Amino acid sequence: MISGKLLKNITICSAVLLIIATVFIGIGCVDKEGTTDSEAIIIKGSDTVLPLSQAESEEFMYANPDTSITIIGGGSGVGIAALIDGEIEVAMASRNIKDSEMENAQANGIEPVEHVVAWDGIAVVVNPENPVTELTFDQLKSIYDGSISNWADVGGEDLIITVITRDSSSGTYGYFQEEVLLDEEYRQDALVQPATGAIVQEVAQNTGAIGYIGYAYLGENIAALALDGGEGFVEATPENIISGDYPLARPLYYYTNGDPAGLAKEFIDYVLSPTGQDIVSDVGYFPVN
Amino acid sequence: MLNRYFKEKGIESLLFASGAVAVVALFLLCIFLFRDGLLLFKEYPISSFFTDTKWYPTSDPEHFGLLPLFLGSLIVTVGAILFSVPLGIATAIYISELANPKIAGVLKPVTEILAGIPSVVYGFFGLVILVPFVQKTLQIPTGQTALTGSIMLGIMALPTIISISEDAISSVPRAIKEGSLALGSTKWQTIYKVTVPAALSGISAAVMLGIGRAIGETMTVMMVTGNSAVIPGFPSGLFAPVRTMTATIALEMGEVPQGSDHFHALFAIGSVLFITTFIINIIANYIKRRYRFDL
Repeated sequence: MISGKLLKNITICSAVLLIIATVFIGIGCVDKEGTTDSEAIIIKGSDTVLPLSQAESEEFMYANPDTSITIIGGGSGVGIAALIDGEIEVAMASRNIKDSEMENAQANGIEPVEHVVAWDGIAVVVNPENPVTELTFDQLKSIYDGSISNWADVGGEDLIITVITRDSSSGTYGYFQEEVLLDEEYRQDALVQPATGAIVQEVAQNTGAIGYIGYAYLGENIAALALDGGEGFVEATPENIISGDYPLARPLYYYTNGDPAGLAKEFIDYVLSPTGQDIVSDVGYFPVN
Repeated sequence: MLNRYFKEKGIESLLFASGAVAVVALFLLCIFLFRDGLLLFKEYPISSFFTDTKWYPTSDPEHFGLLPLFLGSLIVTVGAILFSVPLGIATAIYISELANPKIAGVLKPVTEILAGIPSVVYGFFGLVILVPFVQKTLQIPTGQTALTGSIMLGIMALPTIISISEDAISSVPRAIKEGSLALGSTKWQTIYKVTVPAALSGISAAVMLGIGRAIGETMTVMMVTGNSAVIPGFPSGLFAPVRTMTATIALEMGEVPQGSDHFHALFAIGSVLFITTFIINIIANYIKRRYRFDL
């Protein structure tokens, strides 16, 4: 005789399993509806471009309800690799495609085409109490490669410089290394922060700290330095970044395989339209024109 | 009668199945971890991995030096133990021997709540409160140091140490404590001459498990230790930024291209970590058995 209690337990168990199964089948259905739609693309790549693409795609899908755009981060390298493998329609990148990546793409029969969708300024920031307000690229390079380690050497107080960088998976890390360090190494004892917010936090509370961040993260508790890339000191202001005078301004890219078609083309056109470029400003980057 | 037999067998096999799944999962995890880690040494000499003092995974040529990361983990863990063991054991003694039962009834669950706080919350607290405090108090260039990480990790290891030590201390037989008191020793003499030595196996195991927890912690450490991959001195390295093995994996897994040397290097770090915690657990078990108190 099977005891009543056991029977009851089995019944409850099956009921729970049934509910879980139903939910999963439900999720499957919804997902299927989304992907069987011919109007669907995947965009993948740079975490810097990610918030921009998200904001743009939300507005775009709101205006075109029968389309589906999936945005995935992971970094510029990841996005370009996925484009080369033919997994995605659009790759986001905060740097130029490398020659080696271009060769790989051509070997795979992919022709990456570059689209500049926005501009980003990298601000070099210090604590507001720090009297230093401007640095040349040479000084900045010396600070970051370790040949200068006291603020007194660049016209500040006698204070040890705490150098802060992002982690090596950040596109900004690579960009800064290329532009400022001229591909040399960061000093080995630089503080490495996992996120821009952590850099802001450390600079805001440490008088001797220096770091670099995207312009969108500038706030009152940190001060941006004017930089001299060889043509005199330029302040990090929106005007100087848009005009290209500011030496650490970089374009943000979408890469497509050949000229974009279908939904990818519609979306990129939307991003470059006046409405799309307004969103660029809202997110904290700068419009292309 | 027969049904009862089947029911018994059913439950037994269900439990066996869950246990087996855990063992198989662990086994598969090992295989994948080691396989991907070993692939690094096809391209990169294993001797350099263990002796190189630089960690520059994205430069050309690449440097995958484990040494600064391993020593970074070590110094943060040692600091955490120096901080949490005396505090943890003292708390355990207080809870099990001295506190009035009502207070002990509140204290024990409260320490256990400490274990339930997400590590990112500890990290945020450390970054916003402790880092500036350490910097201002010690007058050092940055507060993101091994010391800061040690203190945070120490706090996080406390629940493990307290609750296991407390169990060990309170399971010391009443008879030997009463014997000690009957011979005229004071309460304090009984605690440090009789109770604590008798509970030593449990306390040591608690410390080893605390070490295991501290060495594997990632989020908090990544947020407060500064992550500079330099070889730390001891004890001067306590006041400088360090990078641990776990923080390196967490920092760099974001954009590492799959199948690259860098990718395999992160798995190699993971393997070293796995082996380290495994050894610590074996030692903990050994100590627990070796010094078991026999009456």
